[in-house]
Amino acid sequence: MEKWEDNRAWFMVLPVFVIVAFSAIIPLMTVVNYSVQDIFGPGEAYFVGTEWFAEMLSNTRLHDALLRQFLFSGLVLLIEIPLGVMIALAMPAQGWRVSLCLVLLALPLLIPWNVIGTIWIIFTRPDIGLMGVSLNALGLEFDHTAAPLDAWVTVMLMEVWHWTPLVALLAYAGLRAIPDAYYQAARIDGASAWAVFRYIQLPKMRGVLTIAVLLRFMDSFLIYAEPFVLTGGGPGNSTTFLSIYLVKLSTAMDLGPAAAFSIIYFLIVLLFCWLFYQALQNVGTGDKS
Amino acid sequence: MARINLKDIAHSYMSAPEAEADWALKPLNHVWEDGGAYALLGPSGCGKTTLLNIISGLVTPSRGQVLFGEEDVTELPTAQRNIAQVFQFPVIYDTMTVYQNLAFPLRNRKVPEDRIRERVEDVAEMLELSDQLKQRAQRLTADAKQKISLGRGLVRADVAAILFDEPLTVIDPHLKWQLRRKLKQIHDRSGLTLIYVTHDQNEALTFADKVAVMNDGRVLQMGTPQELFEAPQHTFVGFFIGSPGMNFLPCGFEAGAATIEGARLPLKAELAEKAAAAAGELKLGIRPEFLSLARENGESRLEVAVRAVEDLGNFKIVSTELRGRTVKVKVPEDQEVPAETAFLDFPADFTRLYADDQLIG
Amino acid sequence: MSLVFEGVSRKVGAETHIYPMDLALEPGSLNVILGPTLAGKTSILRLMAGLDKPSGGRILIEGADSRGIPLRRRRVAMVYQQFINYPSFTVFDNIASPLRRAGLERAEIDRRVGEIAEVLKLTPLLQRLPAELSGGQQQRTALARALAKDADLLLLDEPLVNLDYKLREELREELRAIFRRRSAIVVYATTEPGEALMIGGRGSVLVLDQGRLLQSGPTLAAYHQPATLRVGAVFSDPPMNLIAGEVADGRARLGADIELPLSGQLARLSPGGYTFGVRANHLFVARQSEDDIAIEARVELAEISGSETFIHAAHSGTSWVAQEEGVHSLGLGEAIQVFVNPRHLFAFDGEGRLMAAPAWSAAPMAAQ
Repeated sequence: MEKWEDNRAWFMVLPVFVIVAFSAIIPLMTVVNYSVQDIFGPGEAYFVGTEWFAEMLSNTRLHDALLRQFLFSGLVLLIEIPLGVMIALAMPAQGWRVSLCLVLLALPLLIPWNVIGTIWIIFTRPDIGLMGVSLNALGLEFDHTAAPLDAWVTVMLMEVWHWTPLVALLAYAGLRAIPDAYYQAARIDGASAWAVFRYIQLPKMRGVLTIAVLLRFMDSFLIYAEPFVLTGGGPGNSTTFLSIYLVKLSTAMDLGPAAAFSIIYFLIVLLFCWLFYQALQNVGTGDKS
Repeated sequence: MARINLKDIAHSYMSAPEAEADWALKPLNHVWEDGGAYALLGPSGCGKTTLLNIISGLVTPSRGQVLFGEEDVTELPTAQRNIAQVFQFPVIYDTMTVYQNLAFPLRNRKVPEDRIRERVEDVAEMLELSDQLKQRAQRLTADAKQKISLGRGLVRADVAAILFDEPLTVIDPHLKWQLRRKLKQIHDRSGLTLIYVTHDQNEALTFADKVAVMNDGRVLQMGTPQELFEAPQHTFVGFFIGSPGMNFLPCGFEAGAATIEGARLPLKAELAEKAAAAAGELKLGIRPEFLSLARENGESRLEVAVRAVEDLGNFKIVSTELRGRTVKVKVPEDQEVPAETAFLDFPADFTRLYADDQLIG
Repeated sequence: MSLVFEGVSRKVGAETHIYPMDLALEPGSLNVILGPTLAGKTSILRLMAGLDKPSGGRILIEGADSRGIPLRRRRVAMVYQQFINYPSFTVFDNIASPLRRAGLERAEIDRRVGEIAEVLKLTPLLQRLPAELSGGQQQRTALARALAKDADLLLLDEPLVNLDYKLREELREELRAIFRRRSAIVVYATTEPGEALMIGGRGSVLVLDQGRLLQSGPTLAAYHQPATLRVGAVFSDPPMNLIAGEVADGRARLGADIELPLSGQLARLSPGGYTFGVRANHLFVARQSEDDIAIEARVELAEISGSETFIHAAHSGTSWVAQEEGVHSLGLGEAIQVFVNPRHLFAFDGEGRLMAAPAWSAAPMAAQ
């Protein structure tokens, strides 16, 4: 590597480096530190090697939480991505309606996460909530505090309501970037609306959809505040997702296992993001005849 | 399909146009004969793309009718018009191979697969794309992509006209030649009506049998390249066609001669008659190619000062000054240019007169 | 200032964008980089500007290694293909921006902006925003900003390519005049031989192809005496007509059946195989002089471009393009004769090196 002309430029990076060190690297090292020790109290720590990791990996409650988490994130992607794309396609291309749609879409994104949970608690309460009362009036038993399925449906609904707008906004930006000539050419070629979607809009949205999938996967995989407020992980353990379980562990002062768990958690997220990224990069670029 | 007829077409992008300037396209009547190679030539914003989009159906005109043969297609959508269009930037379907790209318009129209294969292979042959049929279109060069865009029009047996919207913008100059040649050959072979929009005079004149020169929403002249060059009907045509454009010198008329800042240039009797009858501001027009530089004075010559010489390799452009007015002369590469004073020779057959920018003779 | 490249190369990943190259640009010189797309024109400009670092070799500014000179202390201005202006600044503020950065006084800024705006015909537009301008006016603004900077090195990367034909013609002429008055090194990149001659006719040219510097020197000299076949090809529009041939027994044979005695510039050719070339404007459909060689050919296509006709004709498997003054209507497939005078022939050897070129004298221009 050759010397850059002006090395002073690197000093500009220093503040960022310090912030990142304090906000990410040092806490992470603390976690690594805890994950390999058994701590009884101040000054009383024993090195335990990979014991906590082995324990966590064979913990069936963690397995359950992990499966639940995958199911949740999988459903989130399956629902939010197509729905977001559909909303984007249905949005007007120009005029005052665009601003209106954008503002409406952005609303759920502006609400603090724990408030979202509270909103949905009230919304779905079987005694006073609009949704709970309506469903019960229709003869459908609905109580997210009692029935695991109802709790799941509620968490999913909340998640979809909260985050689909983000996917829609990204997809909309992708759609607007397609030059008019493509649509005109497609009209001339006699392409159906489906063909326009399949061969123009979808390929041209690939970049933004990659970002949408990554963001939604990471966020949903790390979800905590909303289900915690709404269901507290229950009923039973039916909505105890990974992060909720992690917090339960660490607040029970099982710091060692919790730290090991955190690291496993982190690696899983990293691995899956990489897999998604690779997969989406290759979609539609391989040669076939 | 037969000829394309534009009847009393006018277009404005505003909902309630009032002033003349609100109209992107001023009222016009125009006929494009079947099988012709046409060009629409003009600077950006002159209305040429609007006119093209009216023919293809991407724009519905505010007024008037579009007839294909006898059929009124004014309200018909593009897909039903038997028209193909090639855009400024190549439009290809990224995820498809070249073959799939070319087959796309046919598959959309439910043509049987074996017929598609036949058509695609024919067209690929014509466009010299046969070797690349199995490649993914996204990875090709700009000129190959543009050929694919053209090919998607050519494969359709029902296409009667192909419209081009500055299709060579992104093509390398060396390849432009080949593509122009290809287009001409395709025109000769296919008998399709081709309409080509460009701001580049070389492209328009090279490509088309007839060129419509447009400015400010109007067609100023429709003619063969020769007509546009030798007898521009409007000073704008003279300026726009040719590089450098036509020289225009404001002049007066007096006793059978044009007077330019006091200098007298005798006119042909025929032209003098018209000049005497003409009303409006007179201008004398002459192309740099038709002027020549002489060392001696003579009958149809005027004295000028030589100001600058540009050697462009295969010819030279000499800027001269005629009583304060700049006149450009194109001279052969091997001709010596007088150093200071020279005499400009105005050949009578190519000296034109304009009254209020319209050709009078 | 002076700018020197010593074996400068540039690689990006595994790709070589610029092969080792030596250049020396004189202070106040006008240099045109001519080459097809992907020749490396932009890469060289970026190296000159200091935006990229060479992968090998040294760039010397005033004799000093450029690596010691930070980018913002180099007095470089660059104009791009795209019309790049500050969108929220008026034309005036756009042009004034480099002057403000230099800390000039308000009155001095007003004066300089006014002066440059006058030259580039922007005076009535000074209070407009770039979005309210036409493409030509936007590029004029970008040019004005570059000129206002009063840089030592003015780099222009195909600045006219996105403009309308007539605007290009107009701006070319203005640029010629502007460059003549400046003391900066001007480097102008283009793909068009005609533009290279028009802008750089009085300066020098760097002919570039696929990252290699093929030839440098006075523009007209390179045009008239292309060092290699490839330079001939890059520096001719329409492309130079080429035909394989050989010299034996004091005669030259072109293709299968064209024979001519060796005379003029061809007299010195030693026996062997050659590629002969002739530019389209030296190929005629009518006999020009007694010693013209006639070539039987069949018209493939006649393209008319107002003042000229480009006739594509085939002769026993080779394709020829003749550029004729005036309008000639020729039918497809028509049999014609094209005439070439031996004194207009170029000859390149087996390696593509120029061995003979038509006589040409670098006579000083009559009027400057």
